[in-house]
Parts: sequence; C-alpha cells; structure tokens
Amino acid sequence: MTGDLLILRNAQPGRLSDVPLLAMSEFRRQILEGTAEEWRVASLFARESEGQIELMVVMANDGAGQLGLARTRLRGDEFPSLTPDCPQVHLFEREIAEQYGVRPDGHPWLKPVRFQPPLRQGEFAFPQNGPGVTDFFRVEGEEVHEVAVGPVHAGVIEPGHFRFQCHGEMVFHLEIALGYQHRGVERALMGGPGRKTAQYIETTAGDTTIGHMLAYCHAVEALGGVRVPARAQALRGIALELERLANHTGDLGALSGDVAFLPTASYCGRIRGDWLNLTAELCGSRFGRGLVRPGGVLYDMTTAEAARLGDRVESAVHDSADAVGLLWTTPTVTERFENTGTVSADACDQIGMVGVAARACGRAIDVRHDFPSGVYRFAHVPVMTAHYGDVNSRAYVRWLELERSAEFVREQLRSLPDTPVHAEAGALQPDSVVVSLVEGWRGEICHVAVTDGERRLARYKITDPSFHNWFGLALALREGEISDFPLCNKSFNLSYCGHDL
Amino acid sequence: MIALQLLLVVAFSPLLLGVINRTKAIVAGRRGQPLLQAYYDILRLLRRGTVLSSTTTIVFLIGPVVAIVVGLAASLMLPLTGRTAPIAFTGDVLVFVYVFALSRFFTTSAALDTGSAFEGMGAAREVTFACLAEPALLLGMVALTRLSHSLSLTRLISVGGAEWRTASAALVLIVASWFIVLLAENSRVPFDDPNTHLELTMIHEVMVLDHSGPAFALVLYGAAVKLFVFTALIAIMITPRVGNAAADAALILAGVLVIGIIIGLVESAMARLRLVRVPQLLITATLISAFAVVLVLK
Repeated sequence: MTGDLLILRNAQPGRLSDVPLLAMSEFRRQILEGTAEEWRVASLFARESEGQIELMVVMANDGAGQLGLARTRLRGDEFPSLTPDCPQVHLFEREIAEQYGVRPDGHPWLKPVRFQPPLRQGEFAFPQNGPGVTDFFRVEGEEVHEVAVGPVHAGVIEPGHFRFQCHGEMVFHLEIALGYQHRGVERALMGGPGRKTAQYIETTAGDTTIGHMLAYCHAVEALGGVRVPARAQALRGIALELERLANHTGDLGALSGDVAFLPTASYCGRIRGDWLNLTAELCGSRFGRGLVRPGGVLYDMTTAEAARLGDRVESAVHDSADAVGLLWTTPTVTERFENTGTVSADACDQIGMVGVAARACGRAIDVRHDFPSGVYRFAHVPVMTAHYGDVNSRAYVRWLELERSAEFVREQLRSLPDTPVHAEAGALQPDSVVVSLVEGWRGEICHVAVTDGERRLARYKITDPSFHNWFGLALALREGEISDFPLCNKSFNLSYCGHDL
Repeated sequence: MIALQLLLVVAFSPLLLGVINRTKAIVAGRRGQPLLQAYYDILRLLRRGTVLSSTTTIVFLIGPVVAIVVGLAASLMLPLTGRTAPIAFTGDVLVFVYVFALSRFFTTSAALDTGSAFEGMGAAREVTFACLAEPALLLGMVALTRLSHSLSLTRLISVGGAEWRTASAALVLIVASWFIVLLAENSRVPFDDPNTHLELTMIHEVMVLDHSGPAFALVLYGAAVKLFVFTALIAIMITPRVGNAAADAALILAGVLVIGIIIGLVESAMARLRLVRVPQLLITATLISAFAVVLVLK
C-alpha cells in the first residue's frame, strides 16, 4: 500500500512536489488501509496552497521506522470525514475544521478543539464564543447527574474543563474541553524562523522544553543541511533524558500523593528537584531553556563537570529507587493502582495513543527505538512496556524508563565525544517538507515543517503527545469511579498548553 | 466543672491536629508545619470576611454552628476532668451516638444547600459511610453496657484494671473497632485524605468547599473537637486512673496525644482506600464489635 505515499525517515527532508497529490478517495483509502495494517496517523493537518485547502497526512510505521506522507486538495468547503472508519483522526479533523473553516462531513462529534480563531482569513466553522462555550454530550435520566469540573481547579494546575455524566459514583462518560491555554503558536511560527521562534517552541509545553526544542532543531537542521557535532548530540540526549527523569519522578510522587501515600510523595518531590537541578547544571535553567539551538547546544561542560554530574545522577537514581520502591511493596498502594483507569490495548490502537500511556497497554512504540535520530542512532535505550493499561502499568512503565534513562545519562557522561558543540546553521531549503519525531517524556512529539519558495516556514504543525492521548483519559474513566479521576488524570499527566498551542 | 471541661476541650482540640501533622512530617522526612498551625488557621479565618453563594439560605450557616455545638456537647458527656462527666444520666450513651447524627444532618443539609454537584456528592458519601460506621460504635457500646451493667457513658467507658483482666479480649476488640470508626468519622486516611484538595475524591472536605471566613473557622474547630472527642473516648478506656482529678486528666490527655501519634503513623504507612472498599472496612469494624458482644455474652 506504500505505493502512493512519499516514504521518509525521521528528520529526512523531502521535496514538497514529491509528496503525492492524491484524489480525495485515494487519500482516504491510503489512510484507512494504512491504519488497518502497521501504520498509525502521526499527524493530519491542513494548509493553504495556491488558494486551495490542502490536507496532508503523516503516517508512521513503527516497525519499519518509516514515515509516509500524502496530500489531497479539497474542492469546496467540505470533505468526507474519516473519523467513522478511523477514530484516531477524530481530533485532527476537528482541528482542521476549526483552523481552516472546512467541514468534515459525517464527523460524529464535530465541535471546536481550542476555540481558536481560524488560521485562514475570515473562515469560521464555529461560532466564536470563547473556550468551553459549546454543547456537551449529555446522558438523560432521573438518576443520572452531571458533574462539571474546571476550568479553574483546586490546585496550581493548568485550566481545562471536564464534564462527567455519572450514575452515583460511576462515570458513564467524560468529555474534556480544552483550549484555555491557546496562544497561537502555529500562527506565530508561520513565516519564520524569526527572532522569537525558539522561545515559542520552548514554551509550547514548558515541562517538555527540551523535547519540543529538539524536534524543532532536527527539522530545521535537516532542511538547512547542518551536521550537528557528536558532542552536541550527546548533550542533547542527556538533556532529553534528564527531562524525562525529572518528570517521571515528579509523576510517581504525585501519583503517590493522590492515593495519600505520603513517603513516596514527599521524597519524590525533593528528588524531582534534584533532577531539575542537574539540567540547571547544564545550562543554568532548571527546565533547559536556552540549551538547545539549531546547530547544536549553547553550553558545554568540562570533563570534571561531567564526572561530577555523573555522581549526582548516581545518587539521585539511588534515592529514587528507595522512594519509588515503596510503591511496589505497599499493598494498599498496589490495591489502589491496579485495575484503576484501564484502557484496553484495542482502544489504545483505535485512538492512536502514544508514549507512556501506549507502552502501558503493551504497545512497544518508542521514537528513540523506532525512529532513532541524533544520539539515539548510536546509543540504544530499551523500550519498556507493561500489559494492563491501568494506573499501575502507567506508573510502572515510568519507573522502568527512569532506570534506563539514568543508565543512558551516566553512560553518555562517561564517554562524551571530543568535538565542538555547535555548527553554523544554513538557510532552509525551499519548497520542502520534513517530519521530525522526538520521544519526549510523555510520548511522541511530531513536528512537521513545510517551507515555501522563499525558504520560510509556510506551515509548522506541532502535535504534542497529549493531542493523541487526552481521549485515552476519557476512555480510562468509562465505567470507572468519579473519585478515581484525579488519580487517572495524574497517571496520564497530559499537557494542556501542549494541546492548546 | 462544665466550664473547666469546656475550656480544656476548646483549648486542647486543635493541638491534636498539630501532633498528627508533625508525626506525618517527621516520618516523611520533612520539618512540617508548626504544632500550633490549626490555632493560627482558625484565628486567621475568624478575622476574614465571608463570601456567601446567592443560592444558599440560613441552613448553610447553621451547619457549622451545629457541628461545633454538638462536638462540645458530646465532649461534656466524657469524664475528662472528674470521676463523672459534667452531663451524665442513664441512657446518655444513645444521646452521645446520635448527637453526631444530628450534627451530620445539619452539615449535609448545609452542603446540599449550595446546590453544588461536588457538595451533593460529598454529602451522599458522608451519610452512606456514617450509617455503616454507626453500628460499629453502637455494638461496642452494647458490649461495654453488658460489662459495666450501666447505661451511662461515664460508667461504661471508665473501665479499670479489673475489667482489663477479666474481659481483655472483648476490650481490645472494642478499641480496635472504635479506632476504625474514629478514622472514618473524622475523615482520616484510609477513608479520606485530609490533605487533598481534589474535589472529586474528598468526602468531608468537599462538603465545606463553599464555606469561608468565620463559618469555615467554625467548621475547622468543629472537626478538631469531634476528632478530640473520639480520641478521648478511646483514651479514657485505655489509660489507668490514679484517683486524683488533675492527674487523671493529664493521663487522658497523654493518651489522646499517643493516639494522635498512632493516627499520624497510620496515615504515613498506608494509601487511601478506593471508595468502593470503604464500606467493606466499616463492615469489618462492625463485625469486630459484634465479636466483642459475643465474648461478653458468654
């Protein structure tokens, strides 16, 4: 079936004209047949091309490490929706409708994604009422009640609105409305790269600064034909894994806190700070701001500093093992984690989940392994999976990854290549497309850059792993208890701003 | 004597919260909040203004008032500062158990009065779990009634060395059952998490989300007094009497503090139960009490 797709590797540029321009029926067939086999949809977005709306799909074949691209042009303001046959594109189609004012005909639940103004001048698919003002799915009946939570929550977290349809303590359905964090990142990136581009990318999701920046750098470096020095690649890998270590540790602590198990919660809070401080050692920012830039990294370290960092990784991973170990040996915690918020492997495939949540369902997909780029082409990190798709599995995958990441960081610190850390970046090649995948700590970050004839970014599509996974949280709650929601939510720990862009 | 005992309860209750929190902090390797934090919180709230939802009525404000009054009234049925309690009469056992039901009626009504989905959920959980905790408390009283041949709380719980020698098994069972009831009634781990701010999982705390200012201060004080009363109930049973009123009161307070530390240790060592498991643990407590009754009936 790959005959009508342009096959690319991760961060391999292709000419836009080489992406097959298919008829709509052929485009649909490619996606439906692809997702029925080994492929999943990594991104699906629209852009304007010669006054017409063009859809472009990026499909990923994890086993073969291939990315398949195809495009189609819309005639008129409607196109037949793929969602009824291919649920994993449901949110992408809603996004396309919102951004370009076109209607996926036959979409079962067509409503705004972010309540954002359209990217195309003057085309409104939805009334502009502001975030959260829309119809929600409702279950009617004497004994059914509706619980609405947010956008303002009883904690220092990002805003999002959750609508539960409940029968007593049992949840029939959860609908999630986001968009409160929409800042217009994709619009701001059009016509770039500019002075503020790096800042926009780094703040796409503040807790995934390195992940998103790395995806961006891989994309523009590929388009600019830059060869990043080996030392810079190693330092980038270290930074990406430190980000994973900090967030996984924080998540395990927060999961523990949500079941009121104090020891792990207290210690992990402190250890997360230790991991963040290691990133601060690299570049002066605990979240890695300003470390990664196109061409390499902006900060280097001496051998003595690398050795010291290695020692601190050693002690932090030792402390983590002590604190997190309690989770697996305390029966009350296990009882609480197991069989809570289960997502079946089938559902995981259907809605196209990625990252930790997918690996917890037994799906061995990991960009570092399947689409290696940068340092991961030389140093392999094993893919960690669990099998039950519940909170316990998601927690356990985090712990396994934490161990592997720490090992990776220590190894890289011991054998830092002796090269410069920065190479000059060139201008982007015109009329091209590149897909850049990075395994952020949440999962697959997908950036697609399309350049115009003037070597500028005509369209820059960001797909945060949260975009794939939010619906998984809604499924995890089905037939579950409403009191388990905070725990399930934390076990996914998805990004609001990464979704809202 | 009433004034003295009220003063003791009012002054001492918030300290118990401090002891529990300090225990948890030490076990978790933290320094923790000041021992007297609960007093500071209450004083701060008393100076604050109140925000009232436009859907609420007078019922909303009656809830916190009844809660603290009931707590104090119940505390007067305990022999804390003398051989007999300030309020003692035949059959006061039932009053003691059911004044808390009265208080629950008003606090859940206040919660429902806000019309909030969260508070309604909290109220539903509160009453469901309370009616499962009630038989455990009551059956314990039945066993003690049989032991002491009295229907007055003072006589009932003033078990001395003689009873501990002859009916130790039954007494241990009652103390165990009541400790579970204590945790459930006062929204402690494993039933509820006093530290959580997640509105969907809370039981007691979610019912008071809309209270603010002095009304919320009363809610906090009422909760502290209730915790103290339940703790003192057990402390009176397990501490010895020396005959001197002051020394006896000191012994009881020491017992209360030790139980506070035990609560802190329990909260440090286990996770909270899944909500559907809560009834199972409460039924277990009832069964433990029932076994105590069987033992004293033989």
